[in-house]
Amino acid sequence: MDLQAVAFGVLAVVSIAAAVLVISARNPVHSVLFLILTFFSAAGLFVLLGAEFLAMLLVVVYVGAVAVLFLFVVMMLDVDFAQLRQGVARYLPFGLVVAALLLFEMIVVSVAVATKGAAGGSTGPISGAGGVTNAEAIGRVLYTQYAYWFEAAGLVLLIAMIGAIVLTLHHRPHIRRQNVSRQVARNRSTGMEVVQIKSGEGVSE
Amino acid sequence: MTVGLTSYLTVAAILFTIGVFGIFINRKNVIVILMSIELILLAVNINLVAFSVYLHQVTGQIFAMFVLTVAAAEAAVGLAILVTFFRNRGDIAVDDASMMKG
Repeated sequence: MDLQAVAFGVLAVVSIAAAVLVISARNPVHSVLFLILTFFSAAGLFVLLGAEFLAMLLVVVYVGAVAVLFLFVVMMLDVDFAQLRQGVARYLPFGLVVAALLLFEMIVVSVAVATKGAAGGSTGPISGAGGVTNAEAIGRVLYTQYAYWFEAAGLVLLIAMIGAIVLTLHHRPHIRRQNVSRQVARNRSTGMEVVQIKSGEGVSE
Repeated sequence: MTVGLTSYLTVAAILFTIGVFGIFINRKNVIVILMSIELILLAVNINLVAFSVYLHQVTGQIFAMFVLTVAAAEAAVGLAILVTFFRNRGDIAVDDASMMKG
């Protein structure tokens, strides 16, 4: 048993166990932390495959951004999560049947494809690929053949950002805000008022 | 035991199934549903990268990047909708959210 097989076994077991804990943990904060562990192990699997660039991307995008976003939302919302877990037992048998069938089908298809199908003639993973690093190989294709797709991905992110801001921004009434144009347009006649006060009565706001 | 394409595809299949199962058993908790969707997309990414490496074509990794982009956008918009939903209703139980039913 070589080192690669040991590393694969450890990463696979950790990622699957963490994924099970994501959907079964009682506390959603723990769920998010297990999600981070799952993505981290998956990044390890990518490194094992030789896709270092995507592994780093997974760590940066998921662990650095998406998981922290989840954590923020879970901690910001004041939700009774125990009440949300009711009804789990009702869906459990049906879910198990569907999941078992799905897993069986996908593994059968995987084995068929990997041994006799499209990937049947594979001569093993890329090793070194002629001195070109993984990031360089991706860059050479991404910025030429897939340049338009790349820009479309940027557009998707821009629209998602605008959508998220529009959805969560809300103006509360009865809050005094700075109105710069009104401040600048203020002059002596509008900003000052001379009031005649009778002696002995004072001013009442 | 040698680590081949089948091993990676099996791990991806198991992760995908866990994601689908998570949606089944957490029908009320929309946060866990969103996390399950992230698991499903991760399984897809593992498939794409494994095939990309074993077929000696970098295209699969490019597609994995696009899947990553869409997953990030989906998480951001989904959580924004969740925050708005919580603000309107006071909880996040999605199974009885039928305000917009035809």
